[in-house]
Amino acid sequence: MFLKEYITDVVTGVTSLLKGMRKTGYYFTHPKEIITEQYPDNRATLLMSDRFKGEVVMPHDANNEHTCTGCTACELACPNGTIKVVTKFETSPEGKKKKAIDALVYRLELCTMCNLCIVACPSDAIKMAPNFEHSVFDRTKLTKVLNQPGSKIREGIE
Amino acid sequence: MYNQTEIIKDTSELGADGELVINMGPQHPATHGVLHLVVTLNGETIKKIEPHLGYIHRSIEKMCESLTYRQFIYVTSRMDYLSSHINNLGCALLVEKGMQIEVPDRAKYVRVILSELTRIASHELWLGAMAMDLGAFTPFFYAFREREMITDIMEDTCGARLTMNYIVPGGLMYDLHPDFQKKVKAFITQFKSKVTEYEDLVTNNVIFQSRTKGVGILSAEDAISYGCTGPVARASGVSCDIRKIYPYEVYDKVQFDEVLETAGDSFARYMVRVKEMNQSIRIIEQLIDNIPEGDFVGKTKNVLKLPKGEFYTRVETARGEFGVYVVSEGGTTPHRIKFRSPGFSNLSVLNHISVGSKIGDLMASMGTLDLVIPDIDR
Repeated sequence: MFLKEYITDVVTGVTSLLKGMRKTGYYFTHPKEIITEQYPDNRATLLMSDRFKGEVVMPHDANNEHTCTGCTACELACPNGTIKVVTKFETSPEGKKKKAIDALVYRLELCTMCNLCIVACPSDAIKMAPNFEHSVFDRTKLTKVLNQPGSKIREGIE
Repeated sequence: MYNQTEIIKDTSELGADGELVINMGPQHPATHGVLHLVVTLNGETIKKIEPHLGYIHRSIEKMCESLTYRQFIYVTSRMDYLSSHINNLGCALLVEKGMQIEVPDRAKYVRVILSELTRIASHELWLGAMAMDLGAFTPFFYAFREREMITDIMEDTCGARLTMNYIVPGGLMYDLHPDFQKKVKAFITQFKSKVTEYEDLVTNNVIFQSRTKGVGILSAEDAISYGCTGPVARASGVSCDIRKIYPYEVYDKVQFDEVLETAGDSFARYMVRVKEMNQSIRIIEQLIDNIPEGDFVGKTKNVLKLPKGEFYTRVETARGEFGVYVVSEGGTTPHRIKFRSPGFSNLSVLNHISVGSKIGDLMASMGTLDLVIPDIDR
């Protein structure tokens, strides 16, 4: 009886292993079904989802204009203190004083990509960009000013 | 907390009886994170296991006290990162319950579909990692092939692969991706055709069976007295599925079975999770074609203030019952917040089920408990 059990054990063991090996061998002989991506060699063809939350950016149009009014809604919505809005007062040619942003400081190293600032923004001035390669040699380079130098607010945005 | 000299002292004291103290972790690769187990051995037999926590403590509960009811949801993704969507759902449900916010039907359906996708992704990762703990390297890649499809769906719709933060009090952050239904259906077809590969590779493998059957047996009484939930308790025959007992969102409208096993050993815990994936697929199939049109977020006030009082909600994550308890003083931030994480109770049972077994079996019983350390150590 012992011998019979021993032999059955060996046979079932070998068949179960071979069954598993057959699956592995199938993919070995069918390289087209392998789905591994060769990053970073495939950078040129790498498709990121358009909604991917990589970093906060401020889109500017051709005239170097943005839509940020400096209302600090994003700063209040941010749970980590990632965004600091520095405002200044601009004097228009008619002599009216108007609030505008001096700098929208964004600290990438504190950001958790929670998207709360984008949802809070009333004028869609900021959005998430799918860029995810953020490594730099110096930590200070992660502190960014989102509005481009010399940019101003688009006409008609209050 | 032990320091290094104390551990050495302990060893010398115990050495007289032929006992040996082994520190597993905090960097042991098989512990999936920074769990520190102080294992007392007699020969190869385990006499005592002491889990030491605190290596990844980030004081999330205290942090949440300074965040508003919109902001504190994102932190919970960082606790049980494999079921982050379900954690977020639990917090959002609490705020909605406290403020009586109406959630549109569309949001409810999408929340349940994404919860079940998260559950499948979590179980897939567990399956691969647990098989790897036991020495089988290949299943990891097979499991990650299907998991990758889910993370792609998450990336399209939620914008992130792991820490989604897609749920806001009142509904969803933004509407579904146009390709969502198509991609989920493609995933279901792929999953159904490939799930047999797991059976060939893992379930029916004789080495895997002999390493897990009869190892780490947990009786139903002990599962209840230790407070185990989720697949760990269900493998011992304890019916504890929150989706069945206290249905939230649209779980009362869908047909699915609560998976129960009676053996209570590591293999039963494995089988519960594999069968649960199929039940999740069943839930998604019932909902995916019936997502109602309409708003994806209900009307909420700009500043959320919970009324004075205590609130508690629970949801079923991939690991068990996740509870959120909030004491509110009527302000914009919680006065006190407490998370009931399933991993903590499930870890506490490790000493009980491992004493008397060999140290090689510890990997099997610990792997099938499905521990996520940041969830235990908030």
